[in-house]
This record gives sequence, C-alpha cells and structure tokens, in this order.
Amino acid sequence: MTVRCFKINPADNVATLLADADIGPVEVRGGGERTTSITLSSPIELGHKVALTNIAGGEAVIKFGVPIGTASQPISPGQWVHLHNCRSNFDARSGSLDLHTGATTDTKYD
Amino acid sequence: MTDPLNLAWSGYLRDDGRKGVRNTVLIIYTVECACHVAHAIANGEDGVHVIGFPGCYDNQYAIRLILSLARHPNVGAVLAVGLGCEYTQPAKIADVALKSGRPAASFFIQDVGGTRSSVERGKAILADLRRTIDRDTPRAAMGFGDLTIGCECGGSDGTSGFVGNPVVGTFFDRLIDNGGTAICEEIVEMIGLKDIILDRAATPQARTQLEFAYDKAVRYCQQVRQYSVSPGNFAGGLTTIEEKSMGAFAKSGSQPIQGVIKVGQQPPWAGLWIMDSVPDDHFMGFGYTNPNDTEGIMDLISGGSQVVMFVTGRGSVIGSPVAPLIKVTGNSRTFERMAEDMDFDAGRVLAGQISLDGAATELGEMVASVASGQPSKPEALGHREYFVMYKHQDEPTQKRDCKK
Repeated sequence: MTVRCFKINPADNVATLLADADIGPVEVRGGGERTTSITLSSPIELGHKVALTNIAGGEAVIKFGVPIGTASQPISPGQWVHLHNCRSNFDARSGSLDLHTGATTDTKYD
Repeated sequence: MTDPLNLAWSGYLRDDGRKGVRNTVLIIYTVECACHVAHAIANGEDGVHVIGFPGCYDNQYAIRLILSLARHPNVGAVLAVGLGCEYTQPAKIADVALKSGRPAASFFIQDVGGTRSSVERGKAILADLRRTIDRDTPRAAMGFGDLTIGCECGGSDGTSGFVGNPVVGTFFDRLIDNGGTAICEEIVEMIGLKDIILDRAATPQARTQLEFAYDKAVRYCQQVRQYSVSPGNFAGGLTTIEEKSMGAFAKSGSQPIQGVIKVGQQPPWAGLWIMDSVPDDHFMGFGYTNPNDTEGIMDLISGGSQVVMFVTGRGSVIGSPVAPLIKVTGNSRTFERMAEDMDFDAGRVLAGQISLDGAATELGEMVASVASGQPSKPEALGHREYFVMYKHQDEPTQKRDCKK
C-alpha cells in the first residue's frame, strides 16, 4: 500500500489522490489525524478525490474545510467523487460534462 | 542558508521612481491591420516586444491597459504603429510615453508607404530608441521591496491548490514581509468563497471593495452562464468551480488584502492586492472576464508586475511580453513531460522531497535570478503572447499614494 491520498482539513469528507491508484486500499494522511486507510471501489487518478465517509444525496462535499459542491446522489466511502455524483452550487453546466475528459456535451459542432 | 529575500540586483530606474528588471522597447500597434508590420519591425531584434489592439473602434479599457504597459517599469522606450484610419491614436500613445520620461515615436503606415517602407522606417526608429536607452537609462540597486509580482493560475489540476499555489502563497507572504507587493487576479475564481475572502480584508474599506467585486463576479458569471473552469481542470480532478476557487485562492498566501484594483491600475501602496478584471455593468454587457490565461497575465502586468508567476498543474507553453513569466507546476509528472517549458517543480513537496517553506525559498531565489536578468524558460523560448480585448470597466477611482 504505497499510494497515498491526502485529507486537507479535519472537516473534509473527501481526500485527494497523490498518485494514480487501482482498486484496493490506499493510505489516508493529513487532517491533523493519524494515518488511516480507505479501500477504493474504482481506480482513481492523481489529483482526483475519494469519499472518506458516506455522503447522502443533497449533502455537502467538503474539501479544504469548505463545501465545494453538493452530492447529486448517495456516495459511499472509497468511491470516486467527481462530475457524476457531485454538482457545483453555482455552475449549472458542470453536471452535463463528459466524466473523464471534462469536455462539453451540449455544444454543436455540426 | 541566506534568505533569498535579502538578495539585491541592478535594475533600471524610471522617472516615477519605479524600477524595472528589463529595459525593453515596446512596439504597440493600434489596429489589427498594422499587426504584420509591427511584428516584422520586431523580427530579429533583441529586447523588443510587440503588443497590439485588434479593433478599429477604440475602447477606453484597452487604452488604459496599453498605456499601463507603455509606462511599465520594464519598458524603456515605445514605438506606436498604426495603419491610419483607426480610432486608437499612435501619436497619443507615444506622447504619454514621452511624458513619462521614455523615448518614444509613432507613425501611420499609410503616411510612410507600404509594408517594406514601414518596416524599414520602424527598424531605423528602433535602432535609435535602443541606442538612447542603453546610453541614458540610470541603473539602481533593487531588491524584493521594489518588486510587484503577479500570480495567475491556468490549466489547474488537483495538485495546483495542493502545492503549486500554496508555494507561491508562502513566497508572497515573505515578499510582503520584505516590503514588496503581490497582485492576485481571477475574482471569478473566488466564487463560493465569499466569507473566506472578506475575512482577509485589511480594512473595512478593503472589505467593502472585495464584497462589491465578489458580488459583481458572481452576477457576471450567472449572466454569461460561464464559469472560470475548463475541461482540463475537470480531467485533472477538479469537480466544481468552488473547488477550483479554493485552490486558486491559496496563491494569495495569508497576508491581509489591502484592497481591489482594476486593470491598468497600480497598487497604491505595498502589500497584497486583488485585481478585478471582470467587466463592469454596462448597457452592452459584452466581453468575457478572462477568456484565456494570456489575458489574465496581461492584466497582472498592467498592474505594474515586473515578474509574473504562472501556476499550471496540467502544463502550458505560453509566455508574456514586458514582464518575464515564471512557470510553476505542482505536478512533477507535468514538470518531467514539459521540462523545456516549466521553470519550477513544486510537486517535490507532495513527494516529501522538500518542505513548503523550502520550496518557497527556492522560488524566491529563482525570482531574484530572473529579476537580475537570467531569462525564465518561456522568455528564453521567445514566448511573447499578448491579448488585448474589448471590455468595459469604469474609470478606477483609487489614487496612488493615499494610504488609508
């Protein structure tokens, strides 16, 4: 278990991956707490987020100790948190973007 | 270890007391029709940069921006080139530069002849300007207290808010402790953080300015239905504008915010400043806030930044005219892949190879080295991207030298 993720603030319910990680356990550091571990339910890339707790639909996703969005569906610990299950409280378009590339799906090219 | 913030080097003293880290001749064209000739004049010349405004109709915001670059501390002389039928007046730009103590000249291409004759005329003027400033520009010792440094982030990923921006923020804290000035822009990348930003205000006036600028930015993004977050940001792990904002705001460090300045405006006193580049309410309401990274970097230079930091997790291959750009990445993979373009690898903090403070110290050493004349990577590669757009901003009201 060499891959780590980092929890920035004790109040956070997500942590950020410090390297690409496959399904399985990764170390959780930071948050001013002792090192724990979380089991990823899907591969997650460097810089992306993993849920550390159950987050109910409609509940705030917390990173840096502040709400960075709202869960658009229930999220379980170990799940990848991104466009498919977390929406912005400002930017309505973000929910329609391609999950992997972030490209828009509502712009016509032809 | 010596504190790099005690370092001093030799700069170029301007009549207004500001000091430059370069002695550049700036060619300014006043309409797209003069663009080719302006670049042909600069072609093959050292220390000559080109900026220009594409529109035939003039725009007060764009003129303020151009004039702030014509009087920038890194600029020693100005050549303004127009076609001849446009609204923006090259002679008036040259006049403003002359009044600021800089040698300057201007001409209309239609008066001189065609392409070749205008390029010849321009090259002859350039040689004259260069000779004059090489001979006449006084040199002066300068240090971090004389520096204004802007920071922009672009192509952000999950590492930018983690280490890339915090390394710059830590450096900015020390820059300000040493009497320097830092400018952060991108109010549209503070969305979602209203209380956090307002709590950083140095004074009640600064708080009022920040609240006004924040509310305007939210209103503007809602109106144009466009937020400052891109496909590359999402692919890099950022899910929402709020998340990107929190990471972007980390570049401001922890010092109190003195107030809000607008594009083309110098910070009235030292310390940390936020630049508002969002259009003001206007009957036409056109002009996106920061259509690309280059536009944001131009804004920071217009505030008098002699050096600009660009934090990019995904990687970037842009540079800037007038003020050297230092490219910082928090992603070591990006640094390795794009080593020819990236100046600073803050990803070493994530890997545990260096502390945040240690990285900020190294960054300070790099800034001192670039300020003393060592070209940054984009500068050495010849990157001089510029972007001057139509935008509406009301006349700035804050005056220089009237602290509190």
